[in-house]
Amino acid sequence: MSATTENQDPTVNNIEQMESATVRLVGDSGDGMQLFGTQLTNTSALAGNDVATFPDFPAEIRAPRGTRAGVSGFQVQFASSEIYTPGDQLDALVAMNPAALVTNLADLKRNGLLIVNEDSFEARDLKLANCETNPLDSSEMDAYRLFKIPMTTLTRNAVEELGLSVKIADRCRNFFAMGLIYWLYERDLEPTLRFIQEKFAGKPDIVSANERALRAGWNFGETTEAFVSTYHVDPADLPAGTYNNIMGNQALAWGLIAASKMSGKELFCGTYPITPASDILHELSKHKNFGVRTFQAEDEIAAVCSSIGAAFGGAMGVTASSGPGIALKGEAIGLAVILELPLIVINVQRGGPSTGLPTKTEQSDLLQAMTGRNGESPLPVIAARSPGDCFDVAQEAWRLAVKYMTPVMLLSDGYIANGAEPWLIPKVDELAPIPVTHPGPPDDGETFQPYQRDEKLARPWALPGTPGLMHRVGGLEKADGTGNVSYDPNNHQNMTDIRAQKIESIAHDIPPQSVLGPDKGDLLVLSWGGTYGSCMTAVNRSIAKGMSVAHAHLRYLNPFPANLQELLSSYRTILIPELNAGQLRSLIRSTFLMDAVGLNKVQGKPFAVTEIESAIQHEIDTLSSES
Amino acid sequence: MSSELPVLKASDFASDQDVRWCPGCGDYSILAQMKKVLPTLGTPPENLVFISGIGCSSRFPYYMDTYGMHSIHGRAPSFATGLKATRPELDVWVITGDGDALSIGGNHLMHCIRRNLDVNIVLFNNRIYGLTKGQYSPTSPQGKVTKSTPMGAIDNPIHPLSVAIGCDGSFVARSIDVNIKHLSATLKRAAEHRGTSFIEVYQNCNVFNDGAWDYATDRGTRADNIVELEHGKPLIFGKDRDKGIRLNGMEPEIVELGKGIKEDDLLFHDEKAPEPSLAYLLSRMRQPDFPEPIGVFRAIDAPKYDELLNQQVQQARSDRGDGDLNTLFTTGDTWEIT
Repeated sequence: MSATTENQDPTVNNIEQMESATVRLVGDSGDGMQLFGTQLTNTSALAGNDVATFPDFPAEIRAPRGTRAGVSGFQVQFASSEIYTPGDQLDALVAMNPAALVTNLADLKRNGLLIVNEDSFEARDLKLANCETNPLDSSEMDAYRLFKIPMTTLTRNAVEELGLSVKIADRCRNFFAMGLIYWLYERDLEPTLRFIQEKFAGKPDIVSANERALRAGWNFGETTEAFVSTYHVDPADLPAGTYNNIMGNQALAWGLIAASKMSGKELFCGTYPITPASDILHELSKHKNFGVRTFQAEDEIAAVCSSIGAAFGGAMGVTASSGPGIALKGEAIGLAVILELPLIVINVQRGGPSTGLPTKTEQSDLLQAMTGRNGESPLPVIAARSPGDCFDVAQEAWRLAVKYMTPVMLLSDGYIANGAEPWLIPKVDELAPIPVTHPGPPDDGETFQPYQRDEKLARPWALPGTPGLMHRVGGLEKADGTGNVSYDPNNHQNMTDIRAQKIESIAHDIPPQSVLGPDKGDLLVLSWGGTYGSCMTAVNRSIAKGMSVAHAHLRYLNPFPANLQELLSSYRTILIPELNAGQLRSLIRSTFLMDAVGLNKVQGKPFAVTEIESAIQHEIDTLSSES
Repeated sequence: MSSELPVLKASDFASDQDVRWCPGCGDYSILAQMKKVLPTLGTPPENLVFISGIGCSSRFPYYMDTYGMHSIHGRAPSFATGLKATRPELDVWVITGDGDALSIGGNHLMHCIRRNLDVNIVLFNNRIYGLTKGQYSPTSPQGKVTKSTPMGAIDNPIHPLSVAIGCDGSFVARSIDVNIKHLSATLKRAAEHRGTSFIEVYQNCNVFNDGAWDYATDRGTRADNIVELEHGKPLIFGKDRDKGIRLNGMEPEIVELGKGIKEDDLLFHDEKAPEPSLAYLLSRMRQPDFPEPIGVFRAIDAPKYDELLNQQVQQARSDRGDGDLNTLFTTGDTWEIT
C-alpha cells in the first residue's frame, strides 16, 4: 500500500533525505548554545545517528555581550553512517546575533540554511558586533537560504502567560531555536522535554517557559510555510549493542573508575582546576561510592604530589591537568620516575605557550610529555584519539603504570575532551583485569630490597603497614637493589640505563602498529591524538579516489610500537598532520633518522578533512611528478 | 595465646644508614628524641611514615627504620595529604625546615594546617639555608649578614607559629633541640593529638648560623629569655621565677612578682581556648622585648580532613551502594542498536 497524501502533514511539501547533516549553533556566550548543542547531539544519538561534535567557546565566562569575542559555538554532525569528525562545511547555521553570524558565515555551504534571530539585528547589536551595515541586507546573503525569524518576539509571546520578566523570557530563546531545528531535522522533542523537567526541577515557571519555547519553535516550523522541506537522516548502521552518548573527559573518568575496579585499587585523584581538564575532577567527584577520593589541591604541584603520596600508600594515584599545570608538575613527575611508583598524569592539551588559548585545542605538549622534566626521566606516553577512546586509554595507562611501576603520561586534548560521540557500552565481564601485587612480610632474616627488579625490571610495590618491609624512597639516586642513597658514578649510570630500558621494553608489550589501507605504497599519513577522525576520513576518501595512501594512527608515543620503523619504511612519503609545529615529526626524525612531511597548524581548531585531503593530493602529485 | 605487644626500644626505629649531618648539628638531638618517643606510642614501625622535603632536616627519614619518603622541596605536606587521605590508619610525620616549609613550601604548609590533616609536622628552624651553604632564610632576622646578603637581610622575617595559628592550627607548639626533656614531651603530645600537630623546634646550625638560639639555650640567660607554657598556669619566668606576663588591655607586658602583683594578676595559659587570639598573641612575644614561649600554644579538637573525606566515601557507599560499573555506564539516556 502506498501512503496517500491525506496522511501527510499538509504544511510540509517535501522531506529531503540526507546522509549526514552538519549544523552549527552560534550565539553569545550567555545564549545557551552549548546546552542547545548538547541536546541536539543527545537527541540525534538517541535517534540512532552517529554523531560527532565540536563545541567552541571563548575563554571568558561572559565576554562583553554581543561582541565578536563573546561568540560561543557548537557544531554537530549527525549521520546515517559511521563518522569520525564534526564535519567541515555547514549544512545549516543558526546565528543568534550579528557577531555570531559574521564570524561563522564563511563555513556555511553555498545554498546552506542560514537561520538568524532577526530581533537581534538592531542598530545597537550591529554596533556591538562592529558591523557598519546590516549583514542581512548584504548581497552576500544571496548565496544562502536565509530565514530571518524574530525569535525574541516569538519566544516572549510563547511564554507571555507565565508573567515572567523579559530577562527570564529571553533566556528561553535557545529552546525556541532548538524547537525549530528539531522540526527541521525531524528530531524527537521527548528527550529534551525530559531534560528540562530534570534540569529545572523545583522551578515550575522555568520548566514551563522552556517547554513552551521549545514547542513554539517546533510549531513555528510546522505552521509557517517558510521552509519548503524538512530533512531526514536515517539511523546509522552501528555495531549492535547498548549505546550511551559520551564526552571525552567523562569517558576518561569512567575509564579510570573501571581501571580502579579491574585492579582492585581505590582511586585517588589530586587535581587543581584547569580548562579543559576540570570536568575529569567533576565527574570523578560524583562517584565516591566506587571508593574514589578526589582532592582539590591548593595548586598543581600539591595535586601531583598528593597523588604520588597516595600511590606510595597503595592507591591508584591520578592527576589531571593541561599544559601549564603539567609544567608545574614536572619536578614531581621526575620524582615519581625515580621512586618508580605507578601514577597516571593526564594532560588535556590546549593552545600554548603559557596561558595561550585555554578553551581551544592543540597538540603542542607532546615534547613536553616526552622530555619536560630534569634529568634522564623517560616515561610511557600514550594518547587518546576520540572521546570514546579515552575510556580504553585510561585503562591502558593504569595497566602500564602498575606493570612497570612508572608514571604514565596520558594525552588528551580540548577537542576530544569536550567532543561527544555514541559509545558502545562495554560488557563489564569482558573488561580486562589489571593484576596488581604487593609483597607480604618477608621470611625471617630476609632483608627487603625495595629496588630489586622482576623480569620486567619493575621494582616491588611494598606498602606501608606491611611488617618487615620498611624502606625509604626519595629523589636522591638509589643504589640498585637496596634503594639506599648512592652517589656512586657507576650506580647512577646503571640506574639511569635500567630506568630507560624498562620503559623501552614496553614496546614489546603493546600491539604492533596497525595500518588502514595498503601495507606499502606511495604515502602514509601518520597521526596521533585528536586528529584521528579527520586523518582517517581524509585517507578513506583518498583511497576511494584511487590513490596509494594508508593511515597509521599512534596510540603509543613512547615507546613507539616495535614495528613502526619497518612500517614507515614501506611508503615513499610520510605525511604527519599535527596541531603543532611538527613535534611528532621531530620525534620520528630523531628516532628513526627518517624524514617526513608535516602538515601543521595552530589555530585553535581541529583539522578539516579537506585540509588533510589536499595535503595528501599534493604529496601524491609531487611523487608522480618525480617519477 | 599471649597477645602482648613486643616492647620496642629507640634502636628499633634506627635504620642501618650512617647519619650524615655535620658533627654538632642540632638535628642529632631531634632524631634521638624522636627515636626515644616513638616506642612509647605503641605504634609499630611499619605503621609509621616519615615524609620530608629538601634540606638538611629532610634527610631525617633515611635514618628511621620506618616507611619514609624524601620528597621534593617544600612539598612534603602534599605527599602526606595523599597518603593520609587514602591510608588514614597510618601515623604520618612531616619533617621540614624553615626554608622548606616557609619559603618554597609556604603554600602547602598553610593548606595542610587549615585542612587539619591528621599528621605531625616538625619544623627544624635554624634560621639559615644549610644545605645550600649559608644563605639567609625566611626566618632570618633583618640585618642578617649571609652569603647572599652581604649588606644584611632586608626581608621582614616570618614567624612559623604565627603562620600556623593564622591558619587555625589545632595543635601548635614550640620546643628547643637541646632541651631534650621538653622536646620529647612536646613530640609525644604532638603524636597524641588528632589533626595537624605543628611543632617549631629551635635548632642550631653550628656550621652556618652557630649560636642563633643562644639566648634560649644558654644556661646563664635562658631562664630570662624563654617562658614555659603550661595549660591553666600563669606565665612566670626568670631564674628566680620572679617575673611574669600580664595583659594590659590587648598588649602583654612584663611585670615583677611581689610589690603588689600576685600570680592571679598574670596571664593564665589556656591551650584549649577555642579562639586562637591568645595563642597568636603568645606567638608574637619575641626577643629582645619578651621572653619567647615554649610548649603547647594551642591544642583543640577540630574536624580532620582525612576523616571527613573518608566519611564522605562511606556515606556515598551506604547511600548508593558499592559502585557498580554497569550502573555507571548506563547513566543518562541510552539506546539499543540491534
